[in-house]
Amino acid sequence: MLEVSGLNAAYGRAHILFDLAFEARAGEVAVLLGRNGAGKSTTLKSIIGIVRPLAGEVHFFGRPIQHLQPYQIARLGVGYVPEDRRIFTDLTVMENLEIGRQPPREGAPRWTPAKLFELFPNLGRMQDRLGARMSGGEQQMLTIARTLMGNPRAILLDEPSEGLAPVIVEQMVRTIRELKTQGLTVLLCEQNLHFARQVADRAYVIEKGQLRGSGTLDEVREEYQQV
Amino acid sequence: MGSVPFFFMSASSILIQFLNGLASASSLFLVAAGLSLIFGVTRIINFAHGSLFMLGMYLAVALAPMLGFWWSVPLAALAVAAFGALVEATLLRRLYAAPELLQLLATFALVLVIKDFTLWAWGPEDLLGPRAPGMDGAVRIAGLRYPEYDLFLIGFGPLVLGALWFLLRRTRWGTLVRAATQDREMAGALGVNQRWLFTSVFALGALLAGLGGAVQIPREPATLFIDLQIISDAFVVVVVGGLGSIPGAFLAALLIAEIKSFCIGLGYSKITLVVEFIVMAVVLIVRPWGLLGRMPAQTRGPGALELPLALPSRNALVALGGTALALALVPLLSAGYTLVLLTDILVFALFAVSLHFIMGPGGLHSFGHAAYFGLGAYGAGLLLLKGGVPMELALVFAPLLAVLGALVFGWFCVRLSGVYLAMLTLAFAQITWSVMFQWDAFTGGSNGLIGIWPSSWLSSKTAYYYLTLATCVGAIALLWRVLYSPFGYALRAGRDSPLRADAIGIDVRAQQWAAFVFAGLFAGLAGALFAFSKGSISPEALAVPRSVDGLVMVLLGGIQTLTGPVWGAALFIWLQDVVSRSVDYWRAVIGAVVLFLVLVFPQGVTGFLRERFAR
Repeated sequence: MLEVSGLNAAYGRAHILFDLAFEARAGEVAVLLGRNGAGKSTTLKSIIGIVRPLAGEVHFFGRPIQHLQPYQIARLGVGYVPEDRRIFTDLTVMENLEIGRQPPREGAPRWTPAKLFELFPNLGRMQDRLGARMSGGEQQMLTIARTLMGNPRAILLDEPSEGLAPVIVEQMVRTIRELKTQGLTVLLCEQNLHFARQVADRAYVIEKGQLRGSGTLDEVREEYQQV
Repeated sequence: MGSVPFFFMSASSILIQFLNGLASASSLFLVAAGLSLIFGVTRIINFAHGSLFMLGMYLAVALAPMLGFWWSVPLAALAVAAFGALVEATLLRRLYAAPELLQLLATFALVLVIKDFTLWAWGPEDLLGPRAPGMDGAVRIAGLRYPEYDLFLIGFGPLVLGALWFLLRRTRWGTLVRAATQDREMAGALGVNQRWLFTSVFALGALLAGLGGAVQIPREPATLFIDLQIISDAFVVVVVGGLGSIPGAFLAALLIAEIKSFCIGLGYSKITLVVEFIVMAVVLIVRPWGLLGRMPAQTRGPGALELPLALPSRNALVALGGTALALALVPLLSAGYTLVLLTDILVFALFAVSLHFIMGPGGLHSFGHAAYFGLGAYGAGLLLLKGGVPMELALVFAPLLAVLGALVFGWFCVRLSGVYLAMLTLAFAQITWSVMFQWDAFTGGSNGLIGIWPSSWLSSKTAYYYLTLATCVGAIALLWRVLYSPFGYALRAGRDSPLRADAIGIDVRAQQWAAFVFAGLFAGLAGALFAFSKGSISPEALAVPRSVDGLVMVLLGGIQTLTGPVWGAALFIWLQDVVSRSVDYWRAVIGAVVLFLVLVFPQGVTGFLRERFAR
């Protein structure tokens, strides 16, 4: 359902991605594995349209989306959860959720604040708290919940486990499994192998903006440990 | 009314002055709130905001005879809002990704176009507005008569503040606006259509400006000067209150308006500006980001990467020397108007190079550089006429007045950066202009000073041309040489990364302050040369449009080039000469040319050429 082919991207003169190709099939969790600076975040930004690719195509349900604006891509049902969370710190939890809200979408799970508070009970207890006054883990939950308010069909998660306490990471694993159960397609960027293997159906290894290997997580494990 | 010491004011007149201040604050608040709102979301400082205010005034005055005052006010505001939406959708929308400086320039071009449109539509005379029917009487307050309409205004400001609060805090639109203010890219990635949001925010900001103008018409006449007056007042309010904070704008509007009101009430109306300046200075020292403002997030590491300023090649130096030599030979061929035009070009080339010194390598985007030009010019005139100093000495010492101005203003300016700095430099320039404009006894007020002629041995066009040529070529060479001195390199380091420059022991602020003063010195020298070449000086020499002329010259030639500002100045002065002699509405033409350039070359003319030829 989400297919990327021949993707090239650059910041100014620095060429970051070289002919990347991969896919995430409906209802599965695909993982992009790579070290710091491998180009994982740039890949996700290129899909959501924040970074304009130099070349290449991104298809979502067979439709090319690489020329669209980020808001148009989001409105097609692609949810994006950035690495640095980017919570609106001046806004409360409820207001943050409001920013992500989109009309219900056919073929996608339908989320409401009440449903999200079941998934993230912590958030339910701090509905009027300002984003600036939340812990890192709480912010990470909020940023996922905010994106889910758009009722996406696919969700791009950029290193959700980064900088979180082990307990919270375990919770994140359960969350991703739950999202998959609900029928969401997940494209996940990770460098934490332990985390990735608990959720991944399919894995790709990226190094210096190029694809190094693909397959099941166990198949690419060795390649990843070499990069 | 004569001057009355504060403690001799009766309690009732203190109350009346206080109420006057509250009434004036309302209109000022509306303008500043709109400016703040637009900046928050679009990151564009709308220079034309005062022009929208002016448009609101003129429209309300024009509509009132047909519809009555109470209908004309909202309709004028709505018309200004529609105009604002149109401007955003056709013009500003294309500039959100452009460098900050070009955005500011584009909105300034709008100032010129709107001013000439207003002149064309309603003529040069001040227009008196109607009184507000039903509120044209007065009430007795503490035994004194007080206009009913002013009481209405006192309530109107807080009413609008409340409405804005509701809109921003209690509606989905307001939540989206606040989110986009903080991180518009993320809002976009969550499905928020920024285009629509930006247009609506701009329309609301324009509405507030138009409304601010329209409600003023029973109190003051509509004039063609009000646009820059209001925008600099609004800048002061926004700087004092904190950019992006609506309650801050309200508080600062109250403060500034009360100061004005009491200065006028005490009979010291002429020192209003000085007091305003002192208040602003104190606020900036205590709270650099304004009363309720917050420090903008500092960008780590290098900002926009600028190519290093290359040393001019031997060939380039030979070409420059050849140009200077050719200029020295011109008087052999022509002694008439060409020399006058060339003298102007040389003077403004020096002005542009001095501005480029702080803008390009210094990274300080000054929107008030004409203040130092004007101080030099007035310094020359005053030394000659009031001080009885010989012309030669006046020319040497006049730039010191500019240095003094740059020392004081620069001290504050280098504490800020980006748009704050641009606003503050403009506000200082406007204050300097007002002092020159109002101080009739000393500076000749709006008429300026006349009879500033050079000594007899320099009185021929040719002799004065040679003096200008020698001075400007020498000064420009010095300015350029300094860019390649350790001081120049430290300045560029501070521009590219203040944090890293700090870390290696460069006192960035001190470097910038020194650069500010150094540039002020040469702008002052250009101003002094200008005064003697014209024989007279008027407040126009340091008005805001003159500052913007300098910006256009620098940008036209290329901000990150060495010699660009000289060619930019030559092109601009020549163009202005041609246009102003053949077209009535030359300001609009210049504005249109600037808009065209900015739209066609959003990365600057040289940026465009560089990209074109680098491939």
